[in-house]
Amino acid sequence: MTVADYAFYLFAILLVASGLFTVVARNPVHSVLWLILTFLSASGLFVLLGAEFVAMLLIIVYVGAVMVLFLFVVMMLDVDFAELRGGMAKFMPFALLIGVVVLMQLSIAFGDWHVAEGVNVAASLGDIQGTEVHNTAALGLLMYDEYLLLFQLAGLVLLTAMIGAIVLTLRHNPNVKRQNVIAQMHRDPAKAMELKDVKSGQGL
Amino acid sequence: MVGLEHYLAVAGALFVIGIFGLFLNRKNVIIILMSVELILLSVNINLVAFSSFSGDLVGQIFTMLVLTVAAAEAAIGLAILVGFFRNRGTIDVEDINVMKG
Repeated sequence: MTVADYAFYLFAILLVASGLFTVVARNPVHSVLWLILTFLSASGLFVLLGAEFVAMLLIIVYVGAVMVLFLFVVMMLDVDFAELRGGMAKFMPFALLIGVVVLMQLSIAFGDWHVAEGVNVAASLGDIQGTEVHNTAALGLLMYDEYLLLFQLAGLVLLTAMIGAIVLTLRHNPNVKRQNVIAQMHRDPAKAMELKDVKSGQGL
Repeated sequence: MVGLEHYLAVAGALFVIGIFGLFLNRKNVIIILMSVELILLSVNINLVAFSSFSGDLVGQIFTMLVLTVAAAEAAIGLAILVGFFRNRGTIDVEDINVMKG
């Protein structure tokens, strides 16, 4: 066993354990923290696989953005989580049943799968011929060349999600005073001001 | 020696945990969204493992696309959740019946 093998088993056990704690934790904040550990272990696995760029992307996008979003929502919503947890014991047998069934189906597929003709799957990562190009540079060459359309469409998906999230959560409060630029620009000094000729010694 | 099967086994275990979480937390939408993230992560591990062991970078490109879609889904899901909580004061899945579906 090399260091990389030990690292694989460490990250794999961390990944599965923290994933399990994510779904069984009583407190949603703990769930989010366990999920962060899951993503960190997964990025460790990605580094072991030689996919450094995707690993760093996972940390930046998931841990840095998505999980913080989850954390904010969990903390902002004043929900009685103890009540939501009440049904957990009730759903446990059914959930275990479904889990075991899916596990058995995956095992059946796992026990008898074959590599297609003309595809070389290496026995270990050491057998792969090391390329001179760095992982990030190679991905960039591929993404901006062959998969440019998919890349742009992914950007479009993100734009749609952003607009959708803003539209769904934006609230107009009538009590808040806002600047009306059009009305300001069309103000006329002649209408806005009035000169009064006040006689001395008298009020208006 | 760690081979492709090891990574596939880890991804499979994570997928099953995600499914298990979906059915275990039938009431809490936040945990359901997190379970979906777990399932998508297991798919990503599969893609990256196959990509590395067969020396083909296309798998990592698709990992990034899955990541994009997962981030968009999380954002939209949480926005819907916040809007629902403002209207109803709860995030119980069983109370989501406004459309009588």
